[in-house]
Amino acid sequence: MENTLFVNSSPHIRSEVTTQRLMLDVIIALIPAAFAGIYFFGIRAALLIAVTVISSVGFEYIIRKVLKRNNTIGDFSAAVTGLILALNLPPTLPIWMAIVGSLFAIVIVKQLFGGLGYNFVNPALAARAFLVVSYGARMTTWIQPLTKATAVDAVSYATPMGVLKGGGELPQLIDMFLGNIGGSLGETSALALIIGGIYLLARGVISWHIPVVYVGTVGLFAWIIGPEGIFTGNPLFHILAGGLMLGAIFMATDYTTSPMTKKGIVIYAFGCGLLTMLFRLFTNMPEGVSYAILLMNVAVPMIDRYTKPARFGGKAHV
Amino acid sequence: MKFQDFKGGVHPSQKKNTMECATVKMGIPEKIVIPMVQHIGAPCQALVKKGDSVKVGQVLGNSDAFVSVPVHSSVSGVVSSVDERIISGSKPVVCVEIKPDGLQEISEDVKPPVVDSKEAFMKAIRASGLTGLGGAGFPTHVKLNPPKDTKIDTLIINGAECEPYITSDYRECMENTSNIIEGINHVLKWTGIPRALIGIEDNKPEAIKKLAEAVDSMNSISVHSLKSRYPQGAEKMLIKTLTGREVPSGKLPSEVGCLVMNVASVSFVAEYLKTGMPLIKKRVTVDGSSVKTPKNVEVLIGTPIGEVFNFSGGFISEPAKLIMGGPMMGVALYSDEIPVMKYTNALLALDEKDGKIPQEYACIRCGRCVDVCPMNLLPFDIDRLVKANLHDELEKYSVLDCIECGACAYTCPSKRLLTQSIRLGKDVLRRRAKK
Repeated sequence: MENTLFVNSSPHIRSEVTTQRLMLDVIIALIPAAFAGIYFFGIRAALLIAVTVISSVGFEYIIRKVLKRNNTIGDFSAAVTGLILALNLPPTLPIWMAIVGSLFAIVIVKQLFGGLGYNFVNPALAARAFLVVSYGARMTTWIQPLTKATAVDAVSYATPMGVLKGGGELPQLIDMFLGNIGGSLGETSALALIIGGIYLLARGVISWHIPVVYVGTVGLFAWIIGPEGIFTGNPLFHILAGGLMLGAIFMATDYTTSPMTKKGIVIYAFGCGLLTMLFRLFTNMPEGVSYAILLMNVAVPMIDRYTKPARFGGKAHV
Repeated sequence: MKFQDFKGGVHPSQKKNTMECATVKMGIPEKIVIPMVQHIGAPCQALVKKGDSVKVGQVLGNSDAFVSVPVHSSVSGVVSSVDERIISGSKPVVCVEIKPDGLQEISEDVKPPVVDSKEAFMKAIRASGLTGLGGAGFPTHVKLNPPKDTKIDTLIINGAECEPYITSDYRECMENTSNIIEGINHVLKWTGIPRALIGIEDNKPEAIKKLAEAVDSMNSISVHSLKSRYPQGAEKMLIKTLTGREVPSGKLPSEVGCLVMNVASVSFVAEYLKTGMPLIKKRVTVDGSSVKTPKNVEVLIGTPIGEVFNFSGGFISEPAKLIMGGPMMGVALYSDEIPVMKYTNALLALDEKDGKIPQEYACIRCGRCVDVCPMNLLPFDIDRLVKANLHDELEKYSVLDCIECGACAYTCPSKRLLTQSIRLGKDVLRRRAKK
């Protein structure tokens, strides 16, 4: 018997939670938003989702082979990146541009920095920013949802954030809540995203801190800095518009690019909210969520440094 | 009393399958192996040699050092060898092997000690061979003699038993209730500590009830129900929960006026003062997925663990891992020849599914290890620094504060060997400090 015994350092039992299962839960939680995207923007949305997911996983497989590292597609993190990237794209984006996005996310942002756990910014968001810079026109061409009677494909159409910047008639809040508005294919339906968020909370994948603080901060500043002076804003408009729900529930909560302590997480989420509103209100960009999160991603090492927990029975860490 | 709480902790599946298993006595084994070190401190010198006849309760080894306790024979018989063996860890330890004669003749030295002063009490405790029976094995008489300038105002009796599987302390509370109270009273009397707090996790309501009834109207002793959360029974956590005091980094409980003893240890004190029989037997929970009939077994110290498993019906499946202690902090053994020791409170045999070492994946920085660490450390960072040999940086992470409870590695979704890394880190830092 002696030769067959495992001998290792304690603990000898491990929790049921695995990295794979966490990633799978994120995928499950994104299914309502993906279906909402397909419902509002048609089969083309489904095609984009399929393309980014398959190409992300494919690039992950190839680059790990090239770098002579072990195969990691089984941890599902590449699939998550692909799915989130798709939900951040305009429904009309050419397929090849979506593939370029996957390539940038997986190869440049994720694997060249060491793979899962080592990327310093969210890969899907960085890819979106890269695509906006590279193909600005196509990345800001929006269509009306199919459910609107006047919908005509490829006719450019303003998103709620675009209306706010460029003028025009603001959509109904109920349409914004359900997703019956223009925008990236997975960001428009707050309802579908919230359902996914509740699932993640129930499964213990994320804590409430980031979504609540982020959305709360946006709502607060939207109310304070209103169009007719302070305390005249409509927080609900800013909360439901643009990519806030997708960002606050699924992207700012990315483990790797958010702080390690609850205190750090609250600071980070507040920063995301503040930057989002600064971009939305005081720059000529209509939307600020992705850049806000990317900037706060970069600030994470600094936040971690200054929020080290005070050790038990002693003073704070150095 | 206002209950404080420690931060973090985990909730592993409790698996207290043996709670209702009253202790059964195991007979005399084929052979007995008594290591000369079964405690934290100086090893004992063997006082017997091959061929000597020994009796039950006879001293087999002793040391002049203060931080050390004698070891006794648990059987009568003949010494068959005195040699060095590897028990756990990598250092060989002198062991006395005895072939029992089955007569269990009791040594003439075994008689109730005369205790009429604090000094006599301390002497008796040392002579009894008692070390902390909760698992750490710290000599009890050393604990009872804190530095002169410290004032102890609280005796804490640890009945938390927060590790999964183990129920040996629970059985102590149920079966030897009066001994526990008697032992506490002895310790209070001879140390002059004014009060004792008994802490038990709330998953053992019967034990709480039984002890509460037993202390009834005694003003000096009180029983407290603790939230069931691992590592509630860790000394520093228990003190924090019961008194709100935090033991300073690198210091002992005496620093905050506390002295912590296990329920089985105080119970043994009472028994020893009555009979004079030193520590030669131990109640051990035998459990795990490979064990046929999980039990609480009273075992003679020195019994090879393989025989204890046989006594529990043997294995229903080939064990993949044998553990002395609980699954969170116990030591994995490489052989079933290793003897039961003073601090052994459980023997577990896990099958392939429960016992295999999971594959390690990359850290995803989820922060779970930081959330559960009761000492407020950053396990993921320590793991990274240890693996990268960044020892200067490591100095800044309070690595030596780690109590090795294993909560971080337990909770890690990437199944990283965090506790193992931290142990390595501690070792590195201790070596550096010596230079």
